[in-house]
Amino acid sequence: MFNYDKYIRKDKFPHIWCSGCGNGIILKSSIRAIDKIGWDKNDVMTISGIGCSSRATGYLDFDSLHTLHGRALAFATGIKMAKPKMNVVVFTGDGDAGAIGGNHLIHAARRNIDITAVIFNNNIYGMTGGQYSPTTPQEFVATTAPYGHIENSFNFMELAIGAGASFAARTTVTNPKQVENFIHKGLENKGFSVIEVVSNCHVQFGRRNEMKSPIQMFDWIKERIIPMSKAEDMSEDELENKVITGVFKNIEKPEYVEEYDKNIMAKAEGE
Amino acid sequence: MAKGKKYIIKIKEDYCKSCRLCYSRCPTNAITANPKNMKVQINDEDKCIGCLVCENICPDFAIEIFEAEDN
Ligand SMILES: Cc1ncc(C[n+]2csc(CCOP(=O)(O)OP(=O)(O)O)c2C)c(N)n1
Ligand code: SF4
Ligand code: SF4
Ligand code: SF4
Repeated sequence: MFNYDKYIRKDKFPHIWCSGCGNGIILKSSIRAIDKIGWDKNDVMTISGIGCSSRATGYLDFDSLHTLHGRALAFATGIKMAKPKMNVVVFTGDGDAGAIGGNHLIHAARRNIDITAVIFNNNIYGMTGGQYSPTTPQEFVATTAPYGHIENSFNFMELAIGAGASFAARTTVTNPKQVENFIHKGLENKGFSVIEVVSNCHVQFGRRNEMKSPIQMFDWIKERIIPMSKAEDMSEDELENKVITGVFKNIEKPEYVEEYDKNIMAKAEGE
Repeated sequence: MAKGKKYIIKIKEDYCKSCRLCYSRCPTNAITANPKNMKVQINDEDKCIGCLVCENICPDFAIEIFEAEDN
């Protein structure tokens, strides 16, 4: 019932993602969110780094930049500074945003620059063959963790909020309507918005962890979901390895480009 | 959902990658698997309640639901 045609580059379809990969679900939900907010297509810019998830920009019919691994937010910051009226949306992976691009993530959050970042968190480096990422859970197997992973995971919500983002929400591909709603809320926020969407890479992650089909991975994601309202009454032990979903932060605070114009440009031009 | 509303299920077979996500979730079995290749196929269009579960979950833009015009 939703017509995606207006927003996609039809000649690039069918897309390259594996059968059942959640990336397509996030792409579609993002399109519905952008449609809902009603922005003119020419006022939207989509920017991505490198990874399976970052291919999203290539399928969307907006002005777009498919940049360097980890650097989507650096490019996005430049675009937003040069063209403040542009609505800038970043598509990035857990590796792209949390590993090589982690620094850009925390500083975009610190500045509270008006950019919406959608993190496709599939707990792995999908594109390069299943190396562990900053969100691979402990004890799970990756090509670079053949005996099971021992590192602690990043919590994108705590990271974004701690660094200063004014909007942070987590959802999963098992609930496409919620993905759409949270991205829509993030787009509405004037400031830095992070929407983490927990997704499935059954090919590079699931396959090595006894979940080789998308349905098995969806079941695994679903059984770990705890809505935020419920999580409030649970202990830290009970919440271990769970996926808490909800809007973690949604506040108003000064936005970087507006502050820059007010405090720096105004003074520089006044001199 | 108004009673008796009819829906049309449109499938783009060449886009479908047989992931099974749509028909494993359809609450009414209006859609099912083609046993030959596990692609989606219509089982009984009259059963469709227009919930859009299939359309929203399909990662491949391969299934769309429309309200029938004679509703
Ligand atoms: C500077 C640089 N280092 C490493 C790579 C190789 N590389 C490409 S994608 C990728 C990781 C992708 O993981 P993620 O961001 O989680 O995306 P996914 O493929 O899982 O969607 C890496 C390490 C690269 N392209 N550029
Ligand atoms: S390798 Fe994983 S993340 Fe990449 S397209 Fe396939 S399922 Fe999706
Ligand atoms: S709209 Fe709902 S009832 Fe109709 S085919 Fe899709 S999942 Fe089944
Ligand atoms: S969800 Fe889409 S790609 Fe998967 S089986 Fe259904 S129609 Fe085919």
